[in-house]
Amino acid sequence: MGLTLTYLSLVVLIPLSMLFVKAGALDLKDFVAITTAPRVLASYRLSFLASLAAASINVCLGFLLAWVLVRYEFPGRRFIDGLVDLPFALPTAVAGIVLATLYSPLGWLGRPLAALGIKVAFTPVGVVLALSFVGFPFVVRTVQPVLQSLAAEDEEAAACLGASRFQIFVRLILPTVLPAVTTGFALAFARALGEYGSVVFISGNLPMRTEIPPLLIMSRLDQFDYQGASAIAVVMLVASFVVLLLTHVLKWWGRRIGAWG
Amino acid sequence: MNAAAAISRPKQVPLAAVSESPAVRRTLIGLALAAVAAVLILPVSAILIEAFSQGISAYFSALAHPHTWSAIRATLLVCSIAVPLNCVFGVLAAWCIAKFDFPGKSVLVACIDLPLSVSPVIAGLLFVLLFGARGVFGPFLTEHHIRIIFAIPGMVIATVFVTLPFVARELAPLMEAQGSDDELAGLSLGASGWQTFWRVTLPNVKWGLLYGIVLCTARALGEFGAVSVVSGLIRGETNTIPLHVQSLYDDSHFAAAFAVASLLTVFAVITLVVKTIVEHKTAAALDGALAGRGRPWGGRA
Repeated sequence: MGLTLTYLSLVVLIPLSMLFVKAGALDLKDFVAITTAPRVLASYRLSFLASLAAASINVCLGFLLAWVLVRYEFPGRRFIDGLVDLPFALPTAVAGIVLATLYSPLGWLGRPLAALGIKVAFTPVGVVLALSFVGFPFVVRTVQPVLQSLAAEDEEAAACLGASRFQIFVRLILPTVLPAVTTGFALAFARALGEYGSVVFISGNLPMRTEIPPLLIMSRLDQFDYQGASAIAVVMLVASFVVLLLTHVLKWWGRRIGAWG
Repeated sequence: MNAAAAISRPKQVPLAAVSESPAVRRTLIGLALAAVAAVLILPVSAILIEAFSQGISAYFSALAHPHTWSAIRATLLVCSIAVPLNCVFGVLAAWCIAKFDFPGKSVLVACIDLPLSVSPVIAGLLFVLLFGARGVFGPFLTEHHIRIIFAIPGMVIATVFVTLPFVARELAPLMEAQGSDDELAGLSLGASGWQTFWRVTLPNVKWGLLYGIVLCTARALGEFGAVSVVSGLIRGETNTIPLHVQSLYDDSHFAAAFAVASLLTVFAVITLVVKTIVEHKTAAALDGALAGRGRPWGGRA
């Protein structure tokens, strides 16, 4: 017990509090000046919007995949079920270089897309793509158990009472699964906010256009501007803590619905 | 667990009213398979194809390059310190969480999860703030000629931070689900606390522990953001495998970068295989434990 707490505070809590001390040493004016510089604001905006887009893509694909994996039998189902976690297992740098290569203007997918007039590498689209790869498993893994636990009897009863398949889906299945979907969305979003390795290769890191906050932290550190780096980091951390808090609220909401359902 | 639950479900012909028509079903399966192929299978095959694009001899000469070897050595060194540390911590923490009740337990759980919600770059930044040349301990360390940042110790600490939650997160739910009945039985039969731990608690969770260690190792091997902040990217010294992949890629040695990346990919695939096996085993073990307690629905024989 004591050992656990000591180790935890040495490795996690003390370093984290240092960050806030360092940023707190800044004048409020300087802090605001650093964190609202146009380049920094642009990076926050990109990070927020791209994470939102990526998490939405994850919800659509993830729900589809979870549905198919739980509800249907087809050859290779077990294999695909195991494969879903690949983005968690694959190092982010590896994901980064392979996506950058696939979607570069000369790559397998980049070339046909470029012919259609869609540029992926070195644009915000590339950032969204990398983030949706990284967050792919979250929605699948949160929705899957809930879909599995849905009782077939409820659906049968609804069907007996004359509900159409569409009505059953919208009024029975969707409300039950919704908390899990939102939790998955929030997890994917939170992960995307802090992601670094998979993004830097495909984004091209163009100032004002495709720079993400972690990259700005890196460049500040290269100039030994510790306080500037800390200020940007504090804003990022607070944002991800807010998202984390929201996921806990969502989980609580999910349990309440579960208890009442 | 998912797979096991799916198996246990009796096979039944779905009623038309509670399932979709075959056409809809096939379309949905087709769409899902296409998504999996585009998002997961294509990148992995691209890694392998790019790795061998200059021929097999180029592949092996990239792997045999001294810088690759030193990267592998650095990575293994970092892992061999960080993983055992977090493994011991994970068992301790899971033990505290699962077997005891104390005020502030949920705060402890949240603190263990913290590193997962901290961006890797910020994780690196934390230790630069502490140990960097202009950090809190910076002057002290320079005085005593100790290098932590831009050297192996810094990389170890950053890796420990990033991989801290994995073992504890795997073990705590498992230990909680199994309860303390087995331990109580052991203690009442005269075993010491230490014996009970080694002979009862650990064997009960061995599969979860194995998976936790594999996850922890996978992350430690592949960690990029945090380590790149603290390593200083000195080739042949503090480059780990992922950082070496980045240097090769930035120098436009694409085939070599993918060759080294394929090593990490192989480990990622091994992780997935272990995960599948472990989920199977733990589902069976938990079922057995539940059946032993005379739950009404029993377990599979």
